Amino acid sequence: MSEHKRDTYGILAEFTETPAFYEAVGKVKDAGYKKFDCFTPFPVHGLDGQMGIGRSKVPIFTAIGGVTGFCTGMLITWYMNGFNYPLIVGGKPFWSPIFPFPIMYELTILLAAFGTLFGMFATNLLPRHNHPVFEYEDYIKCGDDTFFLVIEKADPKFDLEQTLAFVESLGSTKVEVLKA
Amino acid sequence: MAEISPDMSFAATDAASREQLLAKVKPVDVPRKELVTGDKDFHWVTEKICGIPESKTPRWWWVCFCVAGCMATFTLFGLVWLVSTGVGVWGLANPINWGWAIVNFVFWIGIGHAGTLISAILCLLRQKWRVSINRAAEAMTIFAVVCAGIFPLFHVGRVWFAWWLFPLPNANWIWPQFRSPLEWDVFAVSTYGTVSVLFWYMGLIPDLGTMRDRAFKAGKLIKAWAYGAFAMGWRQSNRHWSNYEMAYLLLAGLSTPLVLSVHTIVSFDFAASQLPGWHTTIFPPYFVAGAIFSGFGMVLTLMLPLRALFGLHNLITQYHIDCMCKIILATGSMVGYAYMMEFFIAWYGANPYEGFAFINRALGQYAWSYYIMVGCNVITPHLFWFKKVRENTALVWIICGFVNVGMWFERFVITVTSLANDFLPSSWGYYSPTIIDIFTFFGTFGLFSVLFLLFIRFLPMMPMGEIKAVMKAGDAHGHGTGTQAVPHSTTGGGHH
Repeated sequence: MSEHKRDTYGILAEFTETPAFYEAVGKVKDAGYKKFDCFTPFPVHGLDGQMGIGRSKVPIFTAIGGVTGFCTGMLITWYMNGFNYPLIVGGKPFWSPIFPFPIMYELTILLAAFGTLFGMFATNLLPRHNHPVFEYEDYIKCGDDTFFLVIEKADPKFDLEQTLAFVESLGSTKVEVLKA
Repeated sequence: MAEISPDMSFAATDAASREQLLAKVKPVDVPRKELVTGDKDFHWVTEKICGIPESKTPRWWWVCFCVAGCMATFTLFGLVWLVSTGVGVWGLANPINWGWAIVNFVFWIGIGHAGTLISAILCLLRQKWRVSINRAAEAMTIFAVVCAGIFPLFHVGRVWFAWWLFPLPNANWIWPQFRSPLEWDVFAVSTYGTVSVLFWYMGLIPDLGTMRDRAFKAGKLIKAWAYGAFAMGWRQSNRHWSNYEMAYLLLAGLSTPLVLSVHTIVSFDFAASQLPGWHTTIFPPYFVAGAIFSGFGMVLTLMLPLRALFGLHNLITQYHIDCMCKIILATGSMVGYAYMMEFFIAWYGANPYEGFAFINRALGQYAWSYYIMVGCNVITPHLFWFKKVRENTALVWIICGFVNVGMWFERFVITVTSLANDFLPSSWGYYSPTIIDIFTFFGTFGLFSVLFLLFIRFLPMMPMGEIKAVMKAGDAHGHGTGTQAVPHSTTGGGHH
């Protein structure tokens, strides 16, 4: 995209120390910003609370997967061994929930695991191979040893001058206006 | 939930009452081990771990790869010979209709268990030392399951009909028989393999993102594209990490009952039969303990050479080796206990066939294998009681070799001795493997090594994010000083 069409995406601040970064994130939340994000080389313990992010929704997907797996196990064992082609083996009943329990157990775990992985993708809106933050020249550093704090332009409180002044007061090592 | 009265709260509001509380409780200083030694910072971790797949392929890698590739062809040869000739090329004959195939299957599945144990159970137990070894151990799990799968797949003889094991309608509209433990195995092992891959892949995503960015920066676009395709556009955002951590915890929670169930179900192959020596209730926990025992043996067998070759001494410290040795000691003791308990129950149960099966194991025609098993599994792990032994890396490596040999013989003893001398002396026999049996098994070590070598060549061997999170500098509450990792203070407690 040509340079003149590029719009401001947000303001990015770099931090190199975990505690300083952690404090700064709390200040951003307290200042009332909603649309901001942190980019960290590792999951920082307690940062979710500091950012005001609620509990993850991934368990819902896990539960749906698990229940589906269990019911699938019930259904296939009943249909195959009890209904469609009943066989008597060792005088056992055509179908009971006991003898094929390992099947239901394993399918519960299998589909719950798929639900978890795809739930993680769904809640994170992945795959998404492009994002404005990738445009930042030093983006590679957030996979290494630097923490980024990005306040997006989409935030209702965003004002280029005021927000810039606010971010500069947070004690970061570098502040930059991010174009996208 | 009942309301908590204010005086039950431990959040002492003012400093004075906090002091009072501490004087009352008298907290003891618990020294915490450093998990990354040598005052390293985050950047060092990234460079060290990414540096291995990014650097030029070392010569020893090519040598090992060629040797392992040649070994792997033995499996290929054995399988081609089997399929083109028939299962008769294996040493199976009445009454021993299960021989090396099932022994090797149980052995390889067991090897895999340590990987899932490290990534799942130790995660739930908050054992932070797991982070530097879990990636490689999970890879080991997957490759071990691949090797394990070969044997039951080909023991059916006409391997092109193996799909009859899946719940699909076959030509005669006959469905799988879900009362059979062998059918449970199909579900257990395929679920185990699949969930292990999912778990491993999800753990890799953040690191693949880092590899992608580094390859892109270095101008290696094909590499960047390949890593990027699998990284799914991961961008280290905390909103991602939040869901990722929840998903990771859930997968750990799902894998824990899974790893325990897999070897339990494998043991049902034996325990659900009526044969003396197999039909015992101790099998599920005994098999699981044995699997973890042999799995940790294999983790150390692989990790100690890698630690030396890549200079990972700051990441895999003596503390890590100690922890693993202690797990081997604990599970080895459980296995030894199970051997004793089997004998006790055989006597106490007063079943003459059961009693004979166990006396025959120790004194009969397979006594040699029984004593190899007892020697390797009961005696050698007890050397790990001694700190001097745990600190001697070469000795640890040798002992782990014994553990692996011993556990293979355990499966051999269980499978073959019970079948060889069952109820009727007129139908007794003696089993020996053929050269094809030996080739096929020997080759799986090559296959395993090929896969593992490819893994260490192309993927980051350790989860960088998780390692950084357990470093002192990763603590958000200022217990470290910035990105510089400082030695841990001796005061335990504090946060989390």
